[in-house]
Amino acid sequence: MSWDETRRVLLSEWTKIRSVRSTVWTLAAALVVTVALGMLICLLVRNTFNELSPHERMTFDPTLTSFAGTSLGQLAMIAFGILVVAGEYSTGMIRASLSAVPRRGLLMFAKVAVATALALAVGMVTSFLAFVLGQALLGDHRTNLGEPNVLRAVFGGGLYMGLIALFAMGVAWMLRSPMLSFGVLIPFFFMISGILANVSATQKLGRYLPDQAGSWIMSVVNTGDRPYGPWAGLGIMVLWVAAALLGGYLVLRRRDA
Amino acid sequence: MIELSDLTKRYGAKTAVEGLTFSVRPGVVTGFLGPNGAGKSTTMRMMLGLDHPTDGEVRIDGRRYAELRDPLTFIGALLEARSVHPGRTAYHHLQCLAQSNGIPTRRIDEVLDLVGLTAVARKRPKGFSLGMGQRLGIASAMLGDPRILMFDEPVNGLDPEGIHWIRNLMKRLAAEGRTVFVSSHLMSEMALTAEHLVVIGRGRLLADTSMARFIEENARTSVRVRSPEPERLREALEGAGLAPARRPDGGFEVEGGDTARVGELAAEHRVTLHELSVERASLEEAFMRLTHGTVEYQAHDGGDDELG
Repeated sequence: MSWDETRRVLLSEWTKIRSVRSTVWTLAAALVVTVALGMLICLLVRNTFNELSPHERMTFDPTLTSFAGTSLGQLAMIAFGILVVAGEYSTGMIRASLSAVPRRGLLMFAKVAVATALALAVGMVTSFLAFVLGQALLGDHRTNLGEPNVLRAVFGGGLYMGLIALFAMGVAWMLRSPMLSFGVLIPFFFMISGILANVSATQKLGRYLPDQAGSWIMSVVNTGDRPYGPWAGLGIMVLWVAAALLGGYLVLRRRDA
Repeated sequence: MIELSDLTKRYGAKTAVEGLTFSVRPGVVTGFLGPNGAGKSTTMRMMLGLDHPTDGEVRIDGRRYAELRDPLTFIGALLEARSVHPGRTAYHHLQCLAQSNGIPTRRIDEVLDLVGLTAVARKRPKGFSLGMGQRLGIASAMLGDPRILMFDEPVNGLDPEGIHWIRNLMKRLAAEGRTVFVSSHLMSEMALTAEHLVVIGRGRLLADTSMARFIEENARTSVRVRSPEPERLREALEGAGLAPARRPDGGFEVEGGDTARVGELAAEHRVTLHELSVERASLEEAFMRLTHGTVEYQAHDGGDDELG
């Protein structure tokens, strides 16, 4: 695989991604929802801080609070990842794409690389914006980037957004249908994962789910209820992402388009 | 030049394409003919490396599709199923394909002009008519100025003007020395464009021949003869080893005979003739006869309750 060939396919994928409207609205939704919901929660917390229990006040994590919108905003990132990949199949574009780039691994690499770079960029902006605006609304309870581990959490929040989109891409390469991919991923990340991680019977396993493990990177105050550290949590998420991409690659390589 | 050797595709127990071996040569339009469900589209998808053959292989100018560097500059294809994102403008659709194969940007405007879509280049194809969609597909196929072109049912959904346009385009491309491979389930359409024919039925090769020979071999001619003395005429014909078949109008159809011979026989036996003419079966009939029994979903006449 020559660099020239790779560069061309990357350029082609960049043209594809910037020329459909779904890219703009999914990424914009991810940013707006994450930031706005985070701001709302920060405002609510400041106004009700005195009603919190002493334990809650002790373990209050202003950084994590400003990321409260992630749980909803990540769904738009997932939608972005699904549409970038499964949109090729639902529209039939995949046949034109594979005719132009028959080396399937190269096509997948270029598409995933371009989409992930974009998701990471938007994720980073979202993360820093959510932090800065959220802290502004927390008033006396705010923290800043100079405090220990805060920069790691904010930077990690951006990584998390990119990784969740990447995970969705891997799953979409496997499932190929946008509807099926939405049907699997949205309920999972919106409800099922949260339930599994909070019901005592499944809690131990639930914490190893991609979003549960990965989002640990955004917390600064260690509540001591996780058997792994923030970077290890993100590492667990990376393993999930790698598995999804590998599965996607195998499906792409073996199945008819 | 496209070469298929022993190309086979099975889906589980069902065989879609079986042992297809033929070549598509440059300089002529080669028609790829078969009833619906005969395996034409599957074969074409395998030619493009989209579907993996169960057995056998396809070579494009001697190479496998996946080995082609910048494949769009070797072979361009219009597939039957749409392969365009409805939300991406015609220009951007062509641009992303051009970029992936190192095709210069000016070529995008050239092909848009060629297919007559310049005015809607910045529009999204979701508002395109079937004909405009076909034209965009043809623009994509022509983008790399390839020596080989493949069109799957190109006239589907086109208006008469569009059909005329695409026929002429295919002939012109072949005249330029390119390889043009076009599928259709309509013999009448092929008769107007193709010089060479590849016919398949139920995934098997039925004919690989020139159009002229196909007509000669399959469009059998017969003699139609009518007389006020049919029984005497029959005896005369049968006595000469011919096999006259009764027609509903009281005349006979004599297969394999020619008008001169039948006329002379009648004169010899002093039988009056009221009609003596050549009857030529149409190509459509020839095609139907050739593919009869290989049609995937056959309609049945009459009121018999046939299930399955």
